[in-house]
Amino acid sequence: MAEPEILLSVKDLHAHYGESHVLHGMTFDVPKGEVVTLLGRNGVGKTTTMRSIMGIVGKRKGSIRYGGTETIALPSNKIARLGLAYCPEERGIFSSLSVRENMVLPPVIKPGGMPLDEVYQLFPRLLERANSQGTKLSGGEQQMLAIARILRTGAEMLLLDEPTEGLAPVIVQHIGDIIRELRKRGFTILLVEQNFHFAATVADRHYVVEHGHVIDMIPNEHLAANMDKLKTYLGV
Amino acid sequence: MMTIFGIPAQALFGQLLLGLINGAFYAMLSLGLALIFGLLNIINFSHGALYMMGAFVAWLLLTVLGAGYWTALVVAPLLVAVFGMIIERTMLCRLYKLDHLYGLLLTFGLALVIEGVFRQLYGISGMPYAVPKELAGGWNLGFMYLPIYRAWVVMASMVLCLGSWLLIEKTKLGAYLRAATENATLVQAFGINVPVMITLTYGFGVALAAIAGVLAAPIYSVNPLMGSNLIIVVFAVVVIGGMGSILGAIVTGFLLGLVEGLTKVFYPEAASTVIFVVMAIVLLIKPAGLFGKRS
Repeated sequence: MAEPEILLSVKDLHAHYGESHVLHGMTFDVPKGEVVTLLGRNGVGKTTTMRSIMGIVGKRKGSIRYGGTETIALPSNKIARLGLAYCPEERGIFSSLSVRENMVLPPVIKPGGMPLDEVYQLFPRLLERANSQGTKLSGGEQQMLAIARILRTGAEMLLLDEPTEGLAPVIVQHIGDIIRELRKRGFTILLVEQNFHFAATVADRHYVVEHGHVIDMIPNEHLAANMDKLKTYLGV
Repeated sequence: MMTIFGIPAQALFGQLLLGLINGAFYAMLSLGLALIFGLLNIINFSHGALYMMGAFVAWLLLTVLGAGYWTALVVAPLLVAVFGMIIERTMLCRLYKLDHLYGLLLTFGLALVIEGVFRQLYGISGMPYAVPKELAGGWNLGFMYLPIYRAWVVMASMVLCLGSWLLIEKTKLGAYLRAATENATLVQAFGINVPVMITLTYGFGVALAAIAGVLAAPIYSVNPLMGSNLIIVVFAVVVIGGMGSILGAIVTGFLLGLVEGLTKVFYPEAASTVIFVVMAIVLLIKPAGLFGKRS
């Protein structure tokens, strides 16, 4: 089998928040069409990695190549227009916008995005609540909206930061279904997760992060064999 | 003669009209301030000076180029907006990550510089600006005399405020603006050029101030200090309406103009302080302002 095409390649990435040095040489690849997770404990730099890729961290150094384009010096609006879409950990639903306005806020950056009616087929609840204020939705619905609104923009790669955090098991399961469906439709997904049981149900490979760099890569099919090692890494 | 609560109707309606006119200016200026504060996080103390510039540019267009009122109404706001956008790009844009105080100090300094320059060039006695002939004269409504120009100012201001409100609340562009006011970083990460949006928003707020200046030119004389006389009241209006609230700025502007007018009729001694009394009361009862959201 030929080597898969690498869509996102992060090399020796360093990032700072003010005085604190958060990422210490993150290096990993995301092959096109795969679901890849960053696993690790709280505060090891997973979210900072996401924010660095989107260009919304104060200072960053190293190399982030997306589809062959170096993005380390680009402003975040230009990075997004290459085909990356971001669903932040805090979900970022706008309270002064209705659900419908939230849904159509991210501009279409390329042709080939999911048509709006297909997005609503995946998330019928959001159509029912289209006129509500964005932040009047339940936590699970807000998470759905945060994912749904980046599907129609034509972005090929989705960055999902802890989409299951704080949600009821049945909703976590639903988000798992959605992620598998999106993979089937050809999206490449980088997922930050604390819950590796969930990650195992959706991902192709896992990068384990500690102290701001990647310490191991485990393909999903080898996860069971490496469970003890992983539990030591994550301290569970 | 007809009287209401012992006050001659002529005087009452006259003062109410005056209040409405002042309210129209408060509304246009505080709307721009609220927009700018919401997105840029800058308390734009130079707003009064930019309003004055609008009036002066209209006067200069007339005396130097012979361009009339209607031309000035379009050209003056555009010129002043470009001036404002240059200020934003060269100076204000460096302050967004700092404390509010820095923006306040810089714009206050700018206001002093702008006013100083016009004072140096044109003195403080004020320049007359004639009412355009299409809007000269007035109507006798029976209970009062209504100058056409004043009716026009109130109408124009209401249309501008309503138009701005619709633009912000009901259009896609307005949705970007509202979203960026909440979380500019995320909006930019969706692929929108937020810095350009900020510059245009500042330009829009400044243009509103300059239009108010042109509208004011035939009513008050064109004077380098006309802005600083107004701006303190306008800040009180913004605080009463709720920092950053668009609807709050508009409604409060008109309302407080009327309150001021009524005070002039019933207790003239308090007319110049009534707005600040209202501000103190509102801050005690509802610190976020009448239309403000708790943050």
